[in-house]
Amino acid sequence: MASASAKKIRPKYLSLSAILFQIRLPVPGWVSITHRISGALLVIPFTAWALYLLDTSLRDERGFEAIRGYFELPLVKLGMLVFIWAYCHHFLAGIRYLLLDVDIGIDLPSARITGWIVIVAGLLLTAVLGGALLW
Amino acid sequence: MKRLVVGAHYGLRDWLAQRITAAIMVVYTIFAVLVVLRHQPITYPVWKDLFARGWMRVATLLFAVSLAWHAWVGVRDILMDYIKPDGLRLALQVLFVLLLASYLGWTLQVLWR
Repeated sequence: MASASAKKIRPKYLSLSAILFQIRLPVPGWVSITHRISGALLVIPFTAWALYLLDTSLRDERGFEAIRGYFELPLVKLGMLVFIWAYCHHFLAGIRYLLLDVDIGIDLPSARITGWIVIVAGLLLTAVLGGALLW
Repeated sequence: MKRLVVGAHYGLRDWLAQRITAAIMVVYTIFAVLVVLRHQPITYPVWKDLFARGWMRVATLLFAVSLAWHAWVGVRDILMDYIKPDGLRLALQVLFVLLLASYLGWTLQVLWR
């Protein structure tokens, strides 16, 4: 048995699908992979979308009103909710990483607690900001 | 045995740049939220006037530059982790550099129209 364990390949490389579906990921792991996914979403498509909104709303009065009307569309509201979630989650998880870099909350129990805080606070902020901006 | 595993501290420089740009974006985000809250309700004249001010334009440009740099480090990390064929990875890296440069160009155009 000792030789069997010695043959394990380390470090083990986990593909994205393995992380999501094959292993049971601990909370700090969920913060990590969702930080990456939200970051990717912010690059494509949300930065382009934000620039489109800024461009059109600043162009003239008609553009500004057009964006107002655009925000009434259910699909746009849904998209904005995902955008707001991605921004808030990435923002909060990023601050957690900055703190971890300076050894704040580095022990496992703290890292789990702050992981939960990031996930829950991200969802709450999305509800509050989404509610204030879209409804 | 002395081994040189990285050249010219590229990893450290990018790691640090990602964190400094993150901090700049945190400050801008809080600043932007406060500015928008102070100017309620946002009508077109208020909105246009806000982005006509020099400090708002410069702050937004700083945010956009930070975003592009920060996103480049993140995109490169993701591509290095998941895209194994060298040629494909290089091609995607070039595409993302062009995309992020386009975002910056668009931002400049919107801010100084």
